[in-house]
Amino acid sequence: MNIFTTEFILGHINYWLFIILMMTGLYIVITKGNLVKKIVGLNIFQTSVFMFYISMGKVSGGTAPIFPLDGIYDPSIAYSNPLPHVLILTAIVVGIATTSLGLALIIRIREEYHSIEEEQITILEDTIFRTEHLPTVGKDEAF
Amino acid sequence: MATQTTHHVAMTLADHLPILQVLIPFITAPLIVFIGRRELAWPLAFIASATSFLIACLLLSKVIGGGVISYQIGGWAPPLGIEYRVDAANAFVLFLVTGIATLVLPYARYSVGAEMPQRTQTLFYSLFLLCMTGLLGVTITADAFNVFVFLEISSLSTYVLIAQGSYRDKRALTASFNYLIMGTIGATFFVIGLGFLYMATGTLNMADLADRLAGQYDSRTVRAGFAFILVGMGLKVAIFPLHFWLPNAYTYAPSAVTTFLAATATKVAVYVLLRFIFSVFQPAFLAETSTLEIIFYPFALLAMFAASATAIFQRDLKRMLAYSSIAQIGYMLLGIALLSETGLMATILHLFNHGITKAALFMGVGAYALRSKSTFYIDLQGLGKTMPWTSAAVVIGGVSLIGVPGTAGFLSKWLLVQAALEQGYWPISMLIVASSLLAVIYVWRLVETLYLSAPNSEQPIREAPLSMLLPLWIVALACIYFGFETDITLGAAKAAAQALLAGSSGMMH
Amino acid sequence: MRHHLILRVITKLLVGTIFLFALYVQFHGDYSPGGGFQAGVIMAVGFILYGIVFSLDKAQKVFPPWLVHKLVAFGVLLYGGTGIYSILMGYAYLDYTAIDPNHPSHGQHLGILIVELGVGITVTGVMVAVYYAFAARTPVLSDEDW
Repeated sequence: MNIFTTEFILGHINYWLFIILMMTGLYIVITKGNLVKKIVGLNIFQTSVFMFYISMGKVSGGTAPIFPLDGIYDPSIAYSNPLPHVLILTAIVVGIATTSLGLALIIRIREEYHSIEEEQITILEDTIFRTEHLPTVGKDEAF
Repeated sequence: MATQTTHHVAMTLADHLPILQVLIPFITAPLIVFIGRRELAWPLAFIASATSFLIACLLLSKVIGGGVISYQIGGWAPPLGIEYRVDAANAFVLFLVTGIATLVLPYARYSVGAEMPQRTQTLFYSLFLLCMTGLLGVTITADAFNVFVFLEISSLSTYVLIAQGSYRDKRALTASFNYLIMGTIGATFFVIGLGFLYMATGTLNMADLADRLAGQYDSRTVRAGFAFILVGMGLKVAIFPLHFWLPNAYTYAPSAVTTFLAATATKVAVYVLLRFIFSVFQPAFLAETSTLEIIFYPFALLAMFAASATAIFQRDLKRMLAYSSIAQIGYMLLGIALLSETGLMATILHLFNHGITKAALFMGVGAYALRSKSTFYIDLQGLGKTMPWTSAAVVIGGVSLIGVPGTAGFLSKWLLVQAALEQGYWPISMLIVASSLLAVIYVWRLVETLYLSAPNSEQPIREAPLSMLLPLWIVALACIYFGFETDITLGAAKAAAQALLAGSSGMMH
Repeated sequence: MRHHLILRVITKLLVGTIFLFALYVQFHGDYSPGGGFQAGVIMAVGFILYGIVFSLDKAQKVFPPWLVHKLVAFGVLLYGGTGIYSILMGYAYLDYTAIDPNHPSHGQHLGILIVELGVGITVTGVMVAVYYAFAARTPVLSDEDW
């Protein structure tokens, strides 16, 4: 019942790497308190998925899926699957948009809170949250 | 393509409705930026959303009888090309999204004007349309990867829209940031799931996926894909333990944005979940993997009670409504978990009814935020007398939220109870009623604050402006109207449930 | 960065080449790897390099922020406009056959070129806008600081 043979491990090397990268990214997002580091972690996490898709499109022995200019191509040549690449091009663009938006938010957060450490921000927010719009003592007496 | 041109039949405008549905807001968004005139931004946005509402009505009227409209982008036939596919299920959601957008925009004009500096308002309307485009695209497309692209369009614009609340409260920034982190993780999980499905099938068209997945439910790849999609979408839906982004995001976003998001964004995500569970995968797959027992029942029930209980103890009305939204999502999940036509109907109906109910409530909250500068209960005391029209509409929304007979909310909860009884799960139907009692508590607390407390502040508070009251009353009256006039919603929900349950057999080319 | 002569000279040499390369990638996108996304980013790199070396103000004089925003919108409009054109001609959205119904392959060719141009313009605009947005937030480092 031992499925963890050398063949299994080496044959799925791209998936192992994908999982390692993905877990690294997620770990950073979850554990790091620095907002910029969170964005970096998110980027690593997203990149792992890009890798996953691109390795998926690889056809063993396949070449780049570009047809010759004259349009006549040799059917014996194997081409890699271009579709995952195209999908990932879109996903990369989405990733860039997410990153720049995240960083822009961090700049605004820093302007307002003077910190980009989650712990300090949470303390600040908790203080506001606990004290806002509580009935003041004066009003209580009036009731 | 070459052979096609010789006998090409020109398409009429009616054939283009599915693409125009998405295209009109999509093109208007950059147009607003390109023209760059503040006074034109709102009219353009309103015309765009009103037009797409009209298109959604046309589409719904075409497919409510059970038909399917397919549209091929660029003339490329599916499964290779991207296909837009309208059936009763997504036409109903399109109707909800465009309808709410058309009502929120007139409301937003005054509300946004008060909550945001002038220079950001042009871009606000552009982003609002982009967010709407994303939601409509997610709903209408039949290509699984296209769902991700549109999802990110709507999510990215949502993050920015939420962050606009920072002019009122700086916590909008952190709320938006947290949502960005969680939303991106969710969307990326969704993409990983799609990757697994693509590995197993080599296709991304939903109908094609359904056909090719049918024989491979044992495959670990497919199961992993399903798990990733469920968790990824679960983050967007805010299924109970994945809901942490929601309360802050709803509380600190500008009122108009909260209204729009609460009424549409999570609903669209629920629709995607429905589409994947029932059309791409089959209900048989759910039963086989016992997803229902492990995920749907426990988390739906937990959401109904834990979120409702949390809602009771909030000091901020807006935050209370956000928690109540999480609880209501529990009902929708429960409808899915019951895995029957009635259950599905209940989910779809609740999706719509809760959409309009929450729109009414959040619009009211926005009016309070405008006049009383706060949404905390302590500052709302006695507003029932000073803002009678707003408060009356809010109470109607609250009554519909509880599910009192004669309101829209009653209908869907009644259907849900029936669905539970149909399956013989009477304890679950008892639990539905019990959690509605929790809703009675928090709505009563609101009514008490509004009408039975002495006004808190000395300065007089005026009634909200007409441009906000009118949309508010339209949705409030819709809550009552759809409680009596059940043909439209119930008929659409039934057709939608059947369209979804027809699964791949209904989606064959 | 007035004193960094080498940087300034090399930048002046490079910027033109970068733009040229961007245009090559843009218009060769249908023959070889490339296209709007890549070209747009390369084009933006030219502006960003100029901005880093010769200060943000000068870059914004060349490529004013209002123009950046218009271009971002214009690129998307060009893309969508192509689709709307094919709708008006009675074809499906973005069916490039509509551009030249007698020679569908010509239509395809022209269509993808226009659409990619739209993408390129938007990406250039977005990248430069992102750079402006971030660079304008903090005071530019003076030469004395390093």
